[in-house]
Amino acid sequence: MRPRLSAVLAVAVGLALLAVLPPMLPAYVVILLTEGMIAAIAAGSLDLLIGYAGLASLGHAAFFAVGAYATGILATRHAASFGTTLVVSVLLAAAVSAVVALLALRASGLYFMMITLSVSMCAWGLAYRWVSLTGGDTGIVGIARPKLGLPTLARGGLDFYYTVLAFFVVCLLLLLLLVWSPFGKTLVGIRDSESRMRVLGFNVWLHKHLALTIAGAFAGLAGCLYAYYNGHVGPDAVDLGHAMLFVLMVILGGPGTLVGPLLGAFIITFLEKMVSVFTDRWVMILAAAYVVTALWAPRGLLGLVGVVRR
Amino acid sequence: MQFWVNQAFNGISYAALLFLLGGGLTLIFGVMKIVNIAHGSFYLLGGYVGVAVFTRTGSFYLALGAAAVTVALVGMLIERVFLRVVEGDDLRQMLLTMGIALFVQDLCLLVWGGDPFNLRGPAYFERSVRLGAFSFPILRLFMIGAAAVFFVVLWWFQERTRSGAMVRAAVDNPEMTEALGINVPVLRMAVFGLGAFLAGVGGVVGSAFMGIYPGLDFEILPYAFVVVVVGGMGSLGGALLAAIVLGLADNFGKALFPEISYFTLFGSMGVVLALRPSGLFGRA
Repeated sequence: MRPRLSAVLAVAVGLALLAVLPPMLPAYVVILLTEGMIAAIAAGSLDLLIGYAGLASLGHAAFFAVGAYATGILATRHAASFGTTLVVSVLLAAAVSAVVALLALRASGLYFMMITLSVSMCAWGLAYRWVSLTGGDTGIVGIARPKLGLPTLARGGLDFYYTVLAFFVVCLLLLLLLVWSPFGKTLVGIRDSESRMRVLGFNVWLHKHLALTIAGAFAGLAGCLYAYYNGHVGPDAVDLGHAMLFVLMVILGGPGTLVGPLLGAFIITFLEKMVSVFTDRWVMILAAAYVVTALWAPRGLLGLVGVVRR
Repeated sequence: MQFWVNQAFNGISYAALLFLLGGGLTLIFGVMKIVNIAHGSFYLLGGYVGVAVFTRTGSFYLALGAAAVTVALVGMLIERVFLRVVEGDDLRQMLLTMGIALFVQDLCLLVWGGDPFNLRGPAYFERSVRLGAFSFPILRLFMIGAAAVFFVVLWWFQERTRSGAMVRAAVDNPEMTEALGINVPVLRMAVFGLGAFLAGVGGVVGSAFMGIYPGLDFEILPYAFVVVVVGGMGSLGGALLAAIVLGLADNFGKALFPEISYFTLFGSMGVVLALRPSGLFGRA
C-alpha cells in the first residue's frame, strides 16, 4: 500500500497547524491537544499490532500504566529527572511487554485477546491493591511537570505542549519508518497469511514478539508523558474502560492506516471534553461510538471516506 | 475451627453467586465464541429490576422471575439485532458488547441514580439455621441451593435432552451442525438469552447478598471471566468447580495476602490461557 499524495499532504498540514496554531489558541484547547497527542502515541503504536500485525491486543493500557506509574513513582518519591523517568518508563514497559508476549503468543485469535485482557486486569489489580507501591485507589498525586527552560514559551503550558509535540512527531516518524520497512511489510504478510510467511522462511513468532515489545515501549512513553500531563496517576488509567478506549481509537480512525488511529485519538479526546460541557451523558455518547464503530465502520473513518483501500 | 468453617461456608456461598454469573457466560462463550463484556451489565440490570419489582410487590420470588425474564429478553434482543451483524469478527463483537455495557451502565445510573440498593428479601432470609456450634444464614443457604438447582437443571438439559445435544453439537462444530438441518442462529439466540437469564438471577440474588450499585458491573465481570477461563469455556461442570475454587480462594486470599490478591487471580487466568487455552476442564 503506497501512501497517497493527498494523505501525505494532510498529515504535513496537520503537523504544521499543531506547531503554529497553539500560541493563538485558548489555553483550554492547547491542553486538549496535548492530551490528544499523548493518546495518539498510544493509539498509533497499538495500530502497529491491531492494524498491521493482526494482533488484537487489549493489554495496551497495562504498558501505558507501567510507564505512567514508573514516572509517577520516580518523580514524586525519588525526585528523578525527566530524562531518567523517560528512559525507565520506555525500557520497563518494553521489558514487561516482552515477558507478556512470551505468554500471549502461545495463543492466537480470541484466546490472544483474552490473555491480553487478563494482563490489563492484572495491571489494574496491582494498581488498585498494591497500595504501598501504587497508592491504591488514590494513586500517585502531585507529579510536577518537568522544567525544560524554554522561557519564551512559558505561557499557558506551551512549554510542555511543545515537548509533547516533539515526542509526537518523532514517534509518528518512527512508526511510519517501521511500517514502511521490510519489518512492517512482514507484519502485514503475517496478518494476511501466517502459514504462507512461515513457509517463506520468516520467523513469524519473532516478528510478532518484536512488534509487541516495540508497541509496549511506545505505550510506556505515552504513559510517561501522561503522568506529567495529568499530574496524577490512578487505577482508572488501566481499568477495562481505558483498555478498550485505545482499541476504539484505532478502529474508529481506521486500523492499518497509522494516521487513522491518531485521528481517532484526537476525536475521542475532544469529544469527551466537548460533550461533557453540554451533558452528563458522556458515557452514553461513548457507548454509541462503540456500537456505531463496530456495526458500520469496521475500517474506520478513513475507510468510510475511502482514503485507504485494503 | 469456627473461623475455618465460617470462612469456607462464606466462600462457598460466594461461589454459588459466581457460578450463576460465570455459568451463563460459559454457555455463551461455548456456543458463540464471543467475549461478552456486557455480561456484568446483565447482572446489574437484573439486580436493579429485581429491586424495583420487589419494592412494588413485596414478593422476592416474583422479583427473581421478573428480573431474570426481563434480562433474558434484553439479551435475546441484543443478540438478534446487534451481535448477529458482526458474527465472526472477534474484535468488532468485543467493541459492540463494550458499547452495550456502557449503555446499560449509564441507563441504570440515569434511572436508579448513584445510591446503592439492598434487596432485603423475605423475612426468613435474615434468620439462621443453627447446627451445633455453627450458624448458617438462610440467605446464604438459599444462594447455594439456587446455584445447585440451576446446575442440575442445566446439566440435565445439556447432557440428557435433544436441545442440549444440539447445543453441544454447535459448540463442537457449528458448520456441521447447521448442515445437519439444525437452526444454529436460533440456537445462538436462545443460548445468549439463557446466559443472560442466569446473570439476571445472579443479579437479584447478589443484590440481596451484597447490594447493587453503579460500577458493580465492571467489578464483577473479571470474576466471571476467571470462572469461564479456568473452568474451560463452555463447560458447566468446569464452571462450577472453578467458581468453588475461586470463591474459597477469594475469601481466604483477601484475608491472607490482600495486596496481590487480584494479581494472583488474573495472573492465574493468563497462565491457564497460555498453557491450556481450552481451560482446565474444557474439551479441546
